[in-house]
Amino acid sequence: MKSLSQLSKPELSKINYVVSELSKLGKEVIKDIKAEGERRGYAELVDRKYILLVSKKMKEIGFDHMKAITGIDFPDQEAIQVVYHFSSYSDLELAKIIFAVKTWVPYDDCKIDSIYNVFPSAYTFERETYEFLGVYFVSHPDMKLFFLPEDFEGVFPLRKSFKIKHEGMFIDREE
Amino acid sequence: MRGCLLTERNRVNEEELKEVEIIVEPGQGQAELNIGPQHPGSGHMRLVAKIRGDIVEELVLDPGYVHRSVEKLCENRHYMHLIPLVERPTIIDSIHMNMGYIMAVEKIMNLEVPERALYLRSFAAEVNRISSHLYGLGILGIFIGHSTMFMWGFADREPFVEILQNLTGARITNSYVVPGGVRRDLSQSVKEFAIKAVSYLRKKIKDYENIFLNNPNVRARLENVGVISREKAIELGLVGPNLRASGVPYDVRKIEPYAAYQKLDFEIPVYKEGDAFARTLVRMEEVQQSMNMIMQIIKEIPEGEILNQRILKQIPPQRIKKWYEEQKRIVFPGYFASMRPPKGDAISRVEASRGELVYYVVSDGSSIPYRVRMITPSYMLIKPFMEIAKGHRIADIPAIYGSLDYFPPEADR
Repeated sequence: MKSLSQLSKPELSKINYVVSELSKLGKEVIKDIKAEGERRGYAELVDRKYILLVSKKMKEIGFDHMKAITGIDFPDQEAIQVVYHFSSYSDLELAKIIFAVKTWVPYDDCKIDSIYNVFPSAYTFERETYEFLGVYFVSHPDMKLFFLPEDFEGVFPLRKSFKIKHEGMFIDREE
Repeated sequence: MRGCLLTERNRVNEEELKEVEIIVEPGQGQAELNIGPQHPGSGHMRLVAKIRGDIVEELVLDPGYVHRSVEKLCENRHYMHLIPLVERPTIIDSIHMNMGYIMAVEKIMNLEVPERALYLRSFAAEVNRISSHLYGLGILGIFIGHSTMFMWGFADREPFVEILQNLTGARITNSYVVPGGVRRDLSQSVKEFAIKAVSYLRKKIKDYENIFLNNPNVRARLENVGVISREKAIELGLVGPNLRASGVPYDVRKIEPYAAYQKLDFEIPVYKEGDAFARTLVRMEEVQQSMNMIMQIIKEIPEGEILNQRILKQIPPQRIKKWYEEQKRIVFPGYFASMRPPKGDAISRVEASRGELVYYVVSDGSSIPYRVRMITPSYMLIKPFMEIAKGHRIADIPAIYGSLDYFPPEADR
C-alpha cells in the first residue's frame, strides 16, 4: 500500500475506469452515466430491478461500503427517487470517488430490492428510508420502524404531503 | 455456561452435565435487559441487551428518543436559516456540522473561499476537535469508573471552548462558517490565548498518559474489548477514529482535502488492534496532531479577506464600514435569507471529530432546499455497535459505548 502523502491527487483514469466498467452492463441497464470531475460521478438506471445487479458490479469494481442511501420524494411524478452513494475504504484511490446510482420507485408499487446482503453498511440507510418515505426494501432482515415511535401512524414524514403542524403563538390576553 | 469451562482437570459427573445442558438450550435462560432510555451515556437512547448469564448474545439499539427531524425541517427553511439548525444535533462538534453543510451549498453555488477563511475554518475545526475528543474521553472515563479522567477531560476542554467563544462569540453553537467564508476574523488576543491553551494541554497530556492510559485498571477494561477486525469495519462502514483504530488509514482530510488541510502538515494515527484501547489511543493522538495544526495555522495564516468578494459586494457599504472595517466581523443584512442557489445537487464530506460527515443537498432553484440528507458519524455507528457488543459481558458495554464515542443526538438528528 502506498503511503497517504503520495496520494494527494487522484488518478484521472480511475473515475473513467469506473464509468467504463459500469457501461459494460449495457444501455438496457444504465440509462445515463457521467463523470463529474475526478471525484464524483453518477449513473441512472433504466429500471429499479437492476439495482442488485449494479451493486454487485460496484462491489466487483472495488467499492466496499455505502456513504448514503437517500430517498427524495417527487409528488408530481408520483415517485420517489432513491440515490445510492458508493465509496471505498480498502482502495485508497477509489476512496476519493463517491459514485451515485440513481433509480426511481413509483408510489403504487413502492418496493425495491435490498442490497443489504451485498453491502451490509446499507442496513441503517434502508431502514430509515423505509420508515420516513415508505420505500420497502425486499429481503432486508429488519424492515420495521427504527427512529420513529413504535405506534407511529399516518403519512410517511419525509414525503412532501406530510405538512409540519405549526403550533402558533399563545398570548395571554388580559380582559 | 459451565459446560464450556469443562476441562480434564475439573471433570463433573454425567448427571451434573445434563443439568447444565438444559440451561443452555436455545431460547431458555435468555433474558432481556433494557439499558436506558433515561440517559445511559451521552444522550437519551435505549439499548436492548439479550443476555444469557452476563454474556450479551444480541444487542439491539433503539434510537430515536432525541430525534429532531432535522431533514424534514431542512425542507421548510431558507438556506441561511439552516445554519444554526444543522449544528444542533451535535452541539459539541458544531463547527464540522456547520462546515459540511456549507461546503455542499458552496459546491452548488460554485463559490470560492478566500485562503484566510480556509485557514480559519481549519483552525476552528481543530479547536473543536480537541474539545470534542476531550469530552468523549471524559465520558469514557466516567463510564468505566475513572472519575479523574472525567473531571480532567471536561476541565481541560474549557480553554478550547473559550477559544471558540472568543473567536466566534458562542461557546458551542457557533454558526461560524457562512457561504463564501467565515463570520469573524482571528484577533491577536485569540492567537495568544490559543498558544497558551495549547502549551497547557501539551503538559497535561503527559498526566493523562500516567493516570489514564497507563493505568492497569483502565487497560484491563479496554484492552481486547470490543474488537472489530479490519474487514468487518470496512464492510459495516465504520467511520473516523474507530475505523482508523481497526487499521484503515482513511481520513477525509487526506483523501479529499478541504479547508486548509492541503497545506498543513499532519499525520493520521492508525492502529491495527481494533479494540477499545486502540480507539482511545487514536483519539489521544489526534488531540496532539490537532494541537500541532493549531500552532501551524497561527504561524502560517495568510492575510486577506475572510469572505468571498461576490458575497462581500452585496453587503451595503454602511454595514461594511461599521462591522467589517472596524471590528472585522461579517454581519449579513436580512435579504441574505432569501439566497437562491441554482438548480443541482452536491455531496460533501468532512472529517468531523467522530468520523466522516456526509451532506447531500438537492436544490430546485428556490430559496429552500428540496432535500438535505445528513449522514452523521454516530449514525454510521449504529450497526457496528450492535455487532461489536455481541459476545461480550454486560460490564463491557459501557467500555464499548464510551470507546466508540457514540453520541445519540447525532445519530438521531
